[in-house]
Amino acid sequence: MSAFPRAAELGLIGCHVCGLTCRSGPGDEYLEGGHMVCPRCGSALHRRKPNSFVRTWALLITGFLLYIPANVLPIMRTASLNDIDDNTIISGVVELWVKGSPDLAVIVFTASIVVPMLKFLSMGTLLLSSQRGSDWARPQRAKLYRLVEFIGYWSMLDVFVVALLTALVRFGLLSLVEPLPGVIFFGLTVVLTMLASMSFDPRLIWDGRDTDD
Amino acid sequence: MSTASPGTLLICEHCDTVYRRRTLERGEVARCACCLAELERHQPLGVNALLALVLTAMIVFVQANMWPIVTLGLNGQYSGTTLWGMIIAMWQQQAQVVSVLAAVTLFFFPLTKMLVLGWLLWFARAGRRAPGFVRLMVVLHHVGPWTMSEVFVLGALVAIVKAHTYFDVVADPGIYAYAALTLLITIFAGVDLRQLWDLTREDPA
Repeated sequence: MSAFPRAAELGLIGCHVCGLTCRSGPGDEYLEGGHMVCPRCGSALHRRKPNSFVRTWALLITGFLLYIPANVLPIMRTASLNDIDDNTIISGVVELWVKGSPDLAVIVFTASIVVPMLKFLSMGTLLLSSQRGSDWARPQRAKLYRLVEFIGYWSMLDVFVVALLTALVRFGLLSLVEPLPGVIFFGLTVVLTMLASMSFDPRLIWDGRDTDD
Repeated sequence: MSTASPGTLLICEHCDTVYRRRTLERGEVARCACCLAELERHQPLGVNALLALVLTAMIVFVQANMWPIVTLGLNGQYSGTTLWGMIIAMWQQQAQVVSVLAAVTLFFFPLTKMLVLGWLLWFARAGRRAPGFVRLMVVLHHVGPWTMSEVFVLGALVAIVKAHTYFDVVADPGIYAYAALTLLITIFAGVDLRQLWDLTREDPA
């Protein structure tokens, strides 16, 4: 289909860690304990990340399951003299919008709702299409993966907001902010989805293309 | 292709396409013709400039951690916090997971990154590999995606706006230190640390 030479076909492997181009012939000079090791940095060499599909699915699904309590459970309690108010992620966004900072509301909404949902949908799509060896929209899917990797960690925003407010708003009976379990689930969701996108191997998007020559 | 030595070849990490490496001019970015991912970009900053930036980042980091970030006022009562005040508060409020996440992504990993980088660059000035070079380069690679100071700065901004409705908000020096740190992080985002492999030689033992 295309004239681009691929490393796997040429018997080459790029090291994930240091980027060195290594040869992976039958006469492997880098063999150590049964697997290949980068001669420069000593990291394990893989043509593709090991068990990429299974690992990514497992992390993604776990992340998604934790994302449900993260949204349903309140993440933060604000208590004052005559009023206790439990906030979920969404109610926090609504409050920001109503109290006159719609721009920040959009940022928080993006970081806490849009980005995680985009990650679940994108990674799911990438996994399914790559598992089938589909050649549908490959450049776009490659771009989607890079986007997911780039924006993933910004979801931590809301976690830091709750943490900072907890530390700041400590006026005894007058006013107090406490973290609630939702924020823990949310923090874990972010970590798991980051791990999921790291364990996905984008080269799998391009595999299987030799068959359609 | 069998004549090309592996050092002159470059493999796209995103689609496995192989390229012959060539020297980039100032401002040039090499992109993969197959998947359009960035392969390499010209690195305008030399080792000395990078070391200067790391040292600056270290100074700013100390300030960002020691000074309070914001103070809230309510009826004449004041309450401020530092980064560690926040980490400890989350621990005491039964959110240990969040506390550890914040400590790791906002303190320990950024600190590790700066110290390791400072150490490696110090030796790289003379074209040498620092003791522990190989292991530290691997550490640097793994720590990289887990530093989140810039996310924290945006989080602080959101927290300030939320608190502003109910409290008097005083921005403390810590927040400015964080703003400066974000700027430095942005500069470092374009730096390919793998160049250190090519810029340094192993000491003849």
